[in-house]
Amino acid sequence: MSKDKAPITDKARYARLRREAIGQGLRRLYDGVVHEPVPDEFMDLLKKIDESTDPERAPS
Amino acid sequence: MMGRSAMDRPTQSTGNSDDTFKAELLTLVPYLRAFARSLSGRHEGADDLAQETLVKAWQSRSSYLPGTNLKAWLFTILRNQFYSERRRAWRQEPWDSEKAANLHSYSESQTAAADLSDIARALQALPNEQREALILVGAGGFAYEEAAKIINCAVGTVKSRVARGRRALMAILDGDEQLPMSDRPPEGEAAREILSQLDRLVPHHGGDKRR
Repeated sequence: MSKDKAPITDKARYARLRREAIGQGLRRLYDGVVHEPVPDEFMDLLKKIDESTDPERAPS
Repeated sequence: MMGRSAMDRPTQSTGNSDDTFKAELLTLVPYLRAFARSLSGRHEGADDLAQETLVKAWQSRSSYLPGTNLKAWLFTILRNQFYSERRRAWRQEPWDSEKAANLHSYSESQTAAADLSDIARALQALPNEQREALILVGAGGFAYEEAAKIINCAVGTVKSRVARGRRALMAILDGDEQLPMSDRPPEGEAAREILSQLDRLVPHHGGDKRR
């Protein structure tokens, strides 16, 4: 993501490592939710939405 | 308001395209939940927000242009919903650290779980504009251009917000800044809103989901 243009000082190196760790953390937070099982409410909601526009397909 | 115009609506049979649309909505639910939770920093309210987004998306489905980025379209709706709702109803409440620790559930096998909850909290400390840019680009993997469309701002603006957000997050996590208080929605507020929307959508919808 960032290019190393200046000579790498300890401080810059630390900052880069921190930045990478934080970036990874952000992605893990997000991905963690993405990979959770979807609660049933969402299926129920989409089913209801369906019935609302297509009454003939109401569940048996 | 809702994103793209419907000027090039295709001439598919509505039944089929509705089915397809709904199936696509379903596949994107996990991303809506992730965006809602990162944006709001909340667990329960976030799912309500994601559900409201689905309802809104369904109601506005004729304005979605097939073949364009549905995920980005949904995120735009979710974002609008989030900010308008927060303006309306969510208010400041003391930060609940136990709740905060549970905001994101992740498996123990992931290392540095404590670190992650720190990041989750620090993210909520950022200004809205930096937080959303960072979530979309840094976590959600959107290109700057896509994020700019969702946020409705210039690409350069997204870039600078992401950069500032990263620096601010780092400063907070390094202890240069205080973690702030957070706000939570009143219990059940968003759920009631969804149900009332559903009542409008589904006239015969009974009280079956009410607790």
